[in-house]
Amino acid sequence: MSFQVMMEQLAGGLMKSISIFLLTLLFSLPLGLLVSFGRMSKNRIIRSVVWVFISILRGTPLMLQLLAVYFGPYYLFNLKIGSTWRFTAIIIAFSVNYSAYFAEIYRSGIESMPPGQYEAAKLLGYSRSSTFMRIIFPQVVKRILPSVTNEVITLVKDTSLAFSLAYAEMFTIAKQIAAKETSFMPFIAAAIFYYVFNAVVAFLMERIEKALNYYT
Amino acid sequence: MALLEMNHISKSFSDLEVIKDISLKVDEGEVLSIIGPSGSGKSTMLRCATMLETIDKGEIRYLGERVAWVEENGTKVYPKGAQLRKVCSYFGLVFQNFNLFPHYSVLKNIMDPMVHNQKRDRKESEKEARALLDRMGLADKADAYPCQLSGGQSQRVAIARALALNPKILFFDEPTSALDPELTGEVLKVIRSLADLHIAMVIVTHEMNFARGISDHVIFMDKGIVEVEGTPDEVFEAEHVRMQAFLGKLEH
Ligand SMILES: Nc1ncnc2c1ncn2[C@@H]1O[C@H](COP(=O)(O)OP(=O)(O)OP(=O)(O)O)[C@@H](O)[C@H]1O
Ligand SMILES: [Mg+2]
Repeated sequence: MSFQVMMEQLAGGLMKSISIFLLTLLFSLPLGLLVSFGRMSKNRIIRSVVWVFISILRGTPLMLQLLAVYFGPYYLFNLKIGSTWRFTAIIIAFSVNYSAYFAEIYRSGIESMPPGQYEAAKLLGYSRSSTFMRIIFPQVVKRILPSVTNEVITLVKDTSLAFSLAYAEMFTIAKQIAAKETSFMPFIAAAIFYYVFNAVVAFLMERIEKALNYYT
Repeated sequence: MALLEMNHISKSFSDLEVIKDISLKVDEGEVLSIIGPSGSGKSTMLRCATMLETIDKGEIRYLGERVAWVEENGTKVYPKGAQLRKVCSYFGLVFQNFNLFPHYSVLKNIMDPMVHNQKRDRKESEKEARALLDRMGLADKADAYPCQLSGGQSQRVAIARALALNPKILFFDEPTSALDPELTGEVLKVIRSLADLHIAMVIVTHEMNFARGISDHVIFMDKGIVEVEGTPDEVFEAEHVRMQAFLGKLEH
C-alpha cells in the first residue's frame, strides 16, 4: 500500500473521529445542563435518581457503555441490529456519558455563583428564566471553561474507543492497516493526527477563554 | 396613604427570633433611617420589605395594597411570577456589596432591566441611563466593566441601576460600609441629592451624622425590637441607655 493511500484512509477515519467528537459535544453539552438541573432539583426523588445515573456513568468504563448501548436492543428486546445503528449507538453512548461529566461541571459552576446575583436580578424584575439565561449562565460558562476544556480534550482521545464497536474511525483504520502491512507507521501517523486535532481544539478553547477575559 | 407599611412583622431563623413584632411606615418622599448595633435585625428588616426573606407574622403593604401577609393559621401568602415582578417594581434595593452584573458593562447593567424587563424603548432607555450616569458623575464610565470601578463608583452605578426603574421607594443596606473611608463621601452625596428630589428612602447605616442630617424619621433597633423612634433630634437626644452606649461606641 502506498503512503498516499494509507494517508487517505487515515484521513477518512479522522473525519469520522471528528464527527463523533462534534456530535457528542452538540448533544452532551445541553443534555449535561439538563442533568445538572435534575441533580440540583428540589425534589428528592429526582435528585437521587439523577445522582445514581451520574455515578453509574462516571463509575463504569465508557467502552462497556458503548457495548451496552450497541447490543442492548438485541439482548433486551430481541431487536435486529441494523447497519446504521452502530454510529447512532456510538453517539448515544458518548453523549450520555459526557453529559454526566458536564453535569457535575455545570453544577459546581452554578453552585459557586454568589446569591447576591440572584437577589439583585429578582429585585430588578428579571423572571426566573431570564435570571438564569441572562445573568447566571453567562457567568457560569466563564467559570467552568477550564474544566470543560479538560473534558473536551479527553473526548478527542476517547473517540478512539469507538474501535470497540469496529467503527471505522481513525484508530480502527490505523489498526487494520498496521495488521495488513505489518508496519508501525500507521500508528505513528494516527498519533500525529490525534495530536494535531488536539492542538486545534486546545487552541480554539483558549481563544474562547480569552474572549471571555474582558471581565473578572 | 403610606407608600410602605409593615405591620407587626416577626421573623425567625430556626430558633433565633430576629424581628419581634416590628411595625413601620414610610410616606411619599420620606427618608427613614434605621440604626442599631450589629445583629439587631436591620438587614433582615430590609430583606423582608424587599421580599428576599419571608415574614413569619404580620403583613406588608405597598401603596395601601396588601402584597404579603401571614394568615391566622400560619399560611404565608406571597406574590409569584408576574405579580411578584409588579410588587418588585415599587422598590429598589442598594446592597452593601453592590451586586452589579460583572459580565455587563456599566451602561448595560443599567439598561438591561429597563429594556428587557420593563420593555422600554432601547434608545430612550440609553438616553435615560446616560443621563443618570451623568448625574452620578460617571458619564465617562458607561463602557467600563464593574471590575474596573472603585467601590464608590460601583455603588453609584448600583444606585443608578435601581433609580432607572423609577421605583417609588429605595432601600439602602449599609451602602458605604464596604467602602474605604475616603470613598464614602461621594456615595453619601449622591444619596443626599436623591433626598432633595423627594424620593422615599429607607437607609440602614452606621454613618450617624449622615443619618441625622438626611432623615425625616429615625428608628433605633436592638435585638429585633424598635427601642427608640422619632425625628432625628428626638432619637439622637433621647436618654435611652443602650442607644447612648451604641452611639458612644461608634464615636471611638
Ligand atoms: N439567613 C440567615 N440564617 C440564619 N441566621 C441569620 C440569617 N440572616 C441573618 N441571621 C441572623 O439574624 C440576626 C440579625 O441579622 P441582620 O443581618 O439582620 O443584622 P443587622 O442588624 O443587619 O447587623 P449588621 O449591622 O451587622 O449588618 C443575626 O444574629 C444574624 O446572625
Ligand atoms: Mg446588616
